[in-house]
Amino acid sequence: MSEMGKKATYNIPIGPIHPSLKEPILFTFRMNGEVIEEADFAPGKAHRGIEWMGMRRNPVQIVHLTDRICGICGVSHTLAFARAVEQIVGIEVPERAHYVRTIIAEFERIQSHLLWAGVAAHELGFETLFHLAWRVREESMDVIEYLTGNRVNYGIVQVGGVRRDFTEDQFPRIERALHYYEDVAGKLLNLYLNDKTVSLRCRDAGTMSYEDALRLCTVGPTARASGLNMDVRQDSPYAAYGDIDVQAILPEPYMGETRGDVYDRIVVRLYEVVQSVGIIRQCLDQMPPGEVLWEKKYPRLLAACKKASGEAVGRVEAPRGECLHYLRMDHMDHPQTWKVKASTYSNQMAWLGMLKGEQIADIPIIVASIDPCMSCTDRVAVIGDEGGYVLTKEDLHRLSVEKTRRLMQ
Amino acid sequence: MTRTAIPTEEVAAIFKKEFGDGISDIEVREWCEGSKKTPIHTLWMHIDRSLLLKAVSCLIEIDYPHLGVISGCDTGDDIDLVYNMMIFFGIRGREINVTFVVTLPKSDLSVPTISGLIPGAVYTEREKIEMLGIDVTDIPDRRGLFLPADFPKGVYPWRKDETGIQEGHVKELWAVGRPENRPAPPVKPKEKKEADPVEARTPEKDVPAPEEVKKDE
Repeated sequence: MSEMGKKATYNIPIGPIHPSLKEPILFTFRMNGEVIEEADFAPGKAHRGIEWMGMRRNPVQIVHLTDRICGICGVSHTLAFARAVEQIVGIEVPERAHYVRTIIAEFERIQSHLLWAGVAAHELGFETLFHLAWRVREESMDVIEYLTGNRVNYGIVQVGGVRRDFTEDQFPRIERALHYYEDVAGKLLNLYLNDKTVSLRCRDAGTMSYEDALRLCTVGPTARASGLNMDVRQDSPYAAYGDIDVQAILPEPYMGETRGDVYDRIVVRLYEVVQSVGIIRQCLDQMPPGEVLWEKKYPRLLAACKKASGEAVGRVEAPRGECLHYLRMDHMDHPQTWKVKASTYSNQMAWLGMLKGEQIADIPIIVASIDPCMSCTDRVAVIGDEGGYVLTKEDLHRLSVEKTRRLMQ
Repeated sequence: MTRTAIPTEEVAAIFKKEFGDGISDIEVREWCEGSKKTPIHTLWMHIDRSLLLKAVSCLIEIDYPHLGVISGCDTGDDIDLVYNMMIFFGIRGREINVTFVVTLPKSDLSVPTISGLIPGAVYTEREKIEMLGIDVTDIPDRRGLFLPADFPKGVYPWRKDETGIQEGHVKELWAVGRPENRPAPPVKPKEKKEADPVEARTPEKDVPAPEEVKKDE
């Protein structure tokens, strides 16, 4: 035992390549045997300079650029940017457009959370659940494609409204999707929350206290799973959320307690899928008639934008949490300043505390638990005293699966 | 833990009383969306650099804020740092977005870190150091975040003066060309198939030229 205590610590880097994040990440772990002593990360391995590009383009061009910031939450960035411009220029968005925006944002939340649920199951080695979650997700992707024409990069939000309206004859298809999710929700909740494998691996893994969640400025389901009552849809109701009863989903009413672990993050996300179905239904019922775009002619819209000056903040509750765009305009074609704050930007600091004291095999699920689009674990190199060796993503995944098997014995 | 929300005007009054001339351009704004026109509250103010820490402490006493982000803006002779913070979240419709704008002259770009009060601020302060060249004093971690390790020193991408991105830094993607001197692929290159009789057929005979189609119509 004394020899074990003397064993020198060693470092593991993870990353850095990951294509779907704005910030692909390199992790460095200082390990003592199997236990993580300290974690560190370095983002920005493929920074695209989108803000720099935006500061040389006009608002209509930026709208389509924001669509491409993220492949999963395209509408959140577009909406946050459009809202910032609207506040500076003083554009009153038609009421119907608010409802169209809300419906598409909620479908995006459903598909994003189910995508995450599938990834989480895969990281645990629960492949059947992974396939089920992704099959169920397809329904929302189909509806998004039916409504906007695209599975990703929807291109539906425009400054001053939306580019396409939803017509009455499209409602039955939306209704069918909502029915589908209502039917399948009970099964999904049962599979994720009552399964022994999931709770063995996720209960008390990667915990974050309420105080840490608050002090580290975390957002979205990551913050809510630690009991922080925070949801932009509830606190600063934008689009049609002011007309609808939206309350932040916290683990306590469902589980009777808040532990702030990976399991609670599953609870929050799955119940948010159920909540989104309710929100879409309310939107369909209350949708007012009318126009969906403030100004159809781009030159006029751009002229209005050029006349304006001032600064504003557009905030949206993206599937992963608060998405914030700060914009300053000063009588120019292009904005004076544009700052994009994605949700993961706020949540990354939380990793350091969550990973401390956990095992290598828990890295995939804990890193995935804040939903950084997908697990960042592409490649791991272990540098020990004897030269070092490389763990591939498959090895890391195998370690995680083996831990599940061990626990199940 | 119970928190009671107070109106935006009262928050503004607290700051006016506490800091007097140290703050300027204090502005309460409202923005409404949806059919019910639910208001979203924002409070903007300019703060003197020396009062930043006190102002954040004052805000923490009102309600512990959620720091959204610190934005930065090059205005020519100065750089504006924009601190976006939210208070009273969790209380439906009562959240206030409090924004501090701190103007720093380019001759002295130092600002105290607020990470002692809000630990999560380190991340966004590190970004300001590398993107704008701000000197954040006493920050526990001043490594870069997003820029690659071989990025030239003394270049700050968000600046709009001679220390910003210059013409020569920007590479046009179309002008970069194909990469050269790549290692040979691990598989054998495919042997060229003999000319396919279908492909070899001249298309002009089968497909009518566009002019002919028009004539038919």
